[in-house]
Amino acid sequence: MIMATAPVSGVPLMEGALVEGNWPEWFVASRQRGWEDFQRLPAPAAKDEKWRFSNVKALALDGFRYPAAVTDASALVERSVGLGESAARFVFGNNRLLSATAPAADLVKAGLVVMTLEEAATKHADLVQKHFMAQEAKLGSAKYAALHRSGPVSGVFIRVPKDLIVEKPIEIFHWVEGENSAVFPHTLVVCERHSKATVVDCFRSADDAAAFVCGVNDLVVEDGAKLNYVGVQQWSAGTTAFHLNSTTVGRDASCLGMQVNLGGKFVRNESYSRMVAEGARSDMLSVNIASNEQMIDQRTFQDHAKPNATSDLLYQNALTGKGRTVFSGVIRVEPGAHKTDAYQKVRNIVLSDDAEANSMPGLEIEADDVRCTHGATTAQVDDRELFYLQARGIRPETARQLLVMGFFNTVLDRLSDTTLRGHIETLVDKRLATALRS
Amino acid sequence: MSDAQTQLEIDREKGNFRYDVDYEFDAGTGLTEKTIDYISGVKGEPDWIREFRKDALKKFLEKPMPTHWASKDLENIIFDNIRYYLAQGQKPKRSWDEVPDEVKKTFERLGIPEQERKFLAGVEAQFDSEAAYSNIKEAVGKQGVIFVGSTEGLKEHPEIFRKWFGKVIPTGDNKFSALNSAVFSGGSFIYVPPGVKVSHPLQAYFRINAENFGQFERTLIIADEGSEVTYMEGCTAPKFDTATLHSAVVELVALKGAKIQYITVQNWSNNVFNLVTKRGLAMEDAEVKWIDCNIGSRLTMKYPGVVMKGRRARGEVISIALAGDGQHQDTGAKMIHAADETTSNIVSKSISVGTGRATYRGLVNVPRHLKGCKNNTECDALLINSNSRTDTYPAITVRGTGNACQHEASVSQVSEEQIFYMQQRGLTEAQAMSLSVNGFVNDLVRQFPMEYSVELKRLIDLEMEGSVG
Repeated sequence: MIMATAPVSGVPLMEGALVEGNWPEWFVASRQRGWEDFQRLPAPAAKDEKWRFSNVKALALDGFRYPAAVTDASALVERSVGLGESAARFVFGNNRLLSATAPAADLVKAGLVVMTLEEAATKHADLVQKHFMAQEAKLGSAKYAALHRSGPVSGVFIRVPKDLIVEKPIEIFHWVEGENSAVFPHTLVVCERHSKATVVDCFRSADDAAAFVCGVNDLVVEDGAKLNYVGVQQWSAGTTAFHLNSTTVGRDASCLGMQVNLGGKFVRNESYSRMVAEGARSDMLSVNIASNEQMIDQRTFQDHAKPNATSDLLYQNALTGKGRTVFSGVIRVEPGAHKTDAYQKVRNIVLSDDAEANSMPGLEIEADDVRCTHGATTAQVDDRELFYLQARGIRPETARQLLVMGFFNTVLDRLSDTTLRGHIETLVDKRLATALRS
Repeated sequence: MSDAQTQLEIDREKGNFRYDVDYEFDAGTGLTEKTIDYISGVKGEPDWIREFRKDALKKFLEKPMPTHWASKDLENIIFDNIRYYLAQGQKPKRSWDEVPDEVKKTFERLGIPEQERKFLAGVEAQFDSEAAYSNIKEAVGKQGVIFVGSTEGLKEHPEIFRKWFGKVIPTGDNKFSALNSAVFSGGSFIYVPPGVKVSHPLQAYFRINAENFGQFERTLIIADEGSEVTYMEGCTAPKFDTATLHSAVVELVALKGAKIQYITVQNWSNNVFNLVTKRGLAMEDAEVKWIDCNIGSRLTMKYPGVVMKGRRARGEVISIALAGDGQHQDTGAKMIHAADETTSNIVSKSISVGTGRATYRGLVNVPRHLKGCKNNTECDALLINSNSRTDTYPAITVRGTGNACQHEASVSQVSEEQIFYMQQRGLTEAQAMSLSVNGFVNDLVRQFPMEYSVELKRLIDLEMEGSVG
């Protein structure tokens, strides 16, 4: 049964849950529960261990609104320049679909599904219902996960059928426009057995206005499948953003998830990756530039539920101006998850006296036959390396940029798709140039 | 690796005995202002200390139990059931012959006077709330070194004592430092004059004899400019059916160019809640080094710290924790860099046996506009049985461009191949396991004085007995 709900454009965020669109009954009920949970759950407090070093004052939601439609949809579609070639391409603005390029006929025939979540909630109700926010938000933002569930969720559902290999990336753009607009991007990917796909989420602001973002992605990688997921965040300098990521990796399957944070004012990334069968592998990567008064707050969880699984995390931060970063990560090995091989590393390069890097790598190990290590380093650009480059005629600011890009390349090199890698590198390099000169 | 019943009682036997003692002073159970008046009255303390205690009691009552990050086991402490002050007499004996028989027997069984005769520069032995015996070798005393119990330090040397007392660890630092400040008794007061290098270690030995007792010693060590001192403390308690609380506060002050090395070998029985606050202040070119070995107890929460306040100050924490069945060693280190070119080093090794749980909790802080600060942290955990547990929770904050910090932690198990290899050469599985574990901590144990490293190796051997097979 389809239920149409009333449009709520312009309604303050704190006043209700119902939004426009055609959603099935189960989804509307889930949304109502989300709103109740959001009201019930306490706001994070500074003393909360899961918010240690964070700025809970940045979380005031008063004033943010469910926004009206964007003023010029075609202009935003035109500005959605990404990889050039993609298997499918969806553009959203202020929670609404602006443009959709469906996959080629042969891929559709092979069973690939790429459609809005709204459409999938009816057409693929079983799968969406099974996987939509199935993992509880455990890393501190349960309240905001509930808000997402209650909000005008916009985004894409992707189902890659058994054995299908999708060569080109699937590209999704989410735009926010207008002062105090709130958007709720969502990506739900189900990679069935032995399939392979790459998904790129691009998060962008149409203007310099302050905005609120509450995004979630659910990645389900079934046995033997392989998923590459990259989220590139370029929100405006006034944006408060939550990006809550949940990944489930099956037997002999692998997921490479990369978070690239280049914008925003306060950005909280929570990445929960659960290895649910033997042979599972999760690569968790991140590149972050924090400048001016930006805060990038990242919490991760590598959850080893079964033996013989691997996880490898590498997060790298460059900090300039009054930029602040928080990294808090846990490798958890559940009882019986023997032969776990888990690694976690955060590296900070501090480029100004006012920047601050906080690192909290963590281990919780309850099985003995494991190899688990973590590390955290914080340092600055090596003066001798700078001197060396300058001695070869390179200007100091260029030399510094080159060295920081070299630092980031250890993460970017983990992307095997050269086009995607090149694209991300260009975005990072450009942002770095601005950050170093600000 | 197969699971097995661990026989952790074995090593407890050395300390697991008690004597019936007629206590002359007993504050009774529970903690109110009356308890403080009783303690202050018995000790004949000046008003400022009585007020200090009462203010601390208020802070203790106000502060919530740290449950948002700490173990829930803390909730099992029933403060109303604890006896906060128990003593046979007020003044420590200077001669071993004068010490009451049951107390003398206790320390003789633990080998304390024997150790003093052998190599110590001085020794203080605390029995429940008060020092039972305190002596310093004549040669060391002649150099101007003061080594007395904290009660005596307060009375006899107020001009030095008051200047630093409660300054490194403020009363309200945490709930247990407030508790200690309210009811403290015993502990050591040491002052080393400028330039004096105490060649042999000073030692204190803390013994809990009574049931339902809380031991709250307070130690203050001041090493004046350019001086050096090593202090060693050992602790035991017999095993009772009820929980016992040990909550000490230790403050170290290393003035310009001074060096303090503080060694703890703790072997509490597995009913003791061991909740200790230890911090050192290092001035210019000074060094504070904590060597901390935690074996036993039901729950230990202890994070020795160094505040590096002067330029080129250095802080170091070397720790070994061994968590046996049902035990939780929640230990770690805090390094607060507060001046340029300060350096700190943390090396922590833990071993979890049976259902034992070892936790490393660390804090490294480098504030803005400091230059040339460096920290290195290494944490290694060894898991012996499949139901052992280990956790690592460091928190590192670095501001500015002139500093560098690195943290590394690893978790591993004793390699089956290694055990097999040693068994092929005639060792039993338990011997092979002990050898491996001793190898794991060897580079740290080597930093202990010889007598202690021998004792440690033996304790590890005993702990490992029955952990395999």
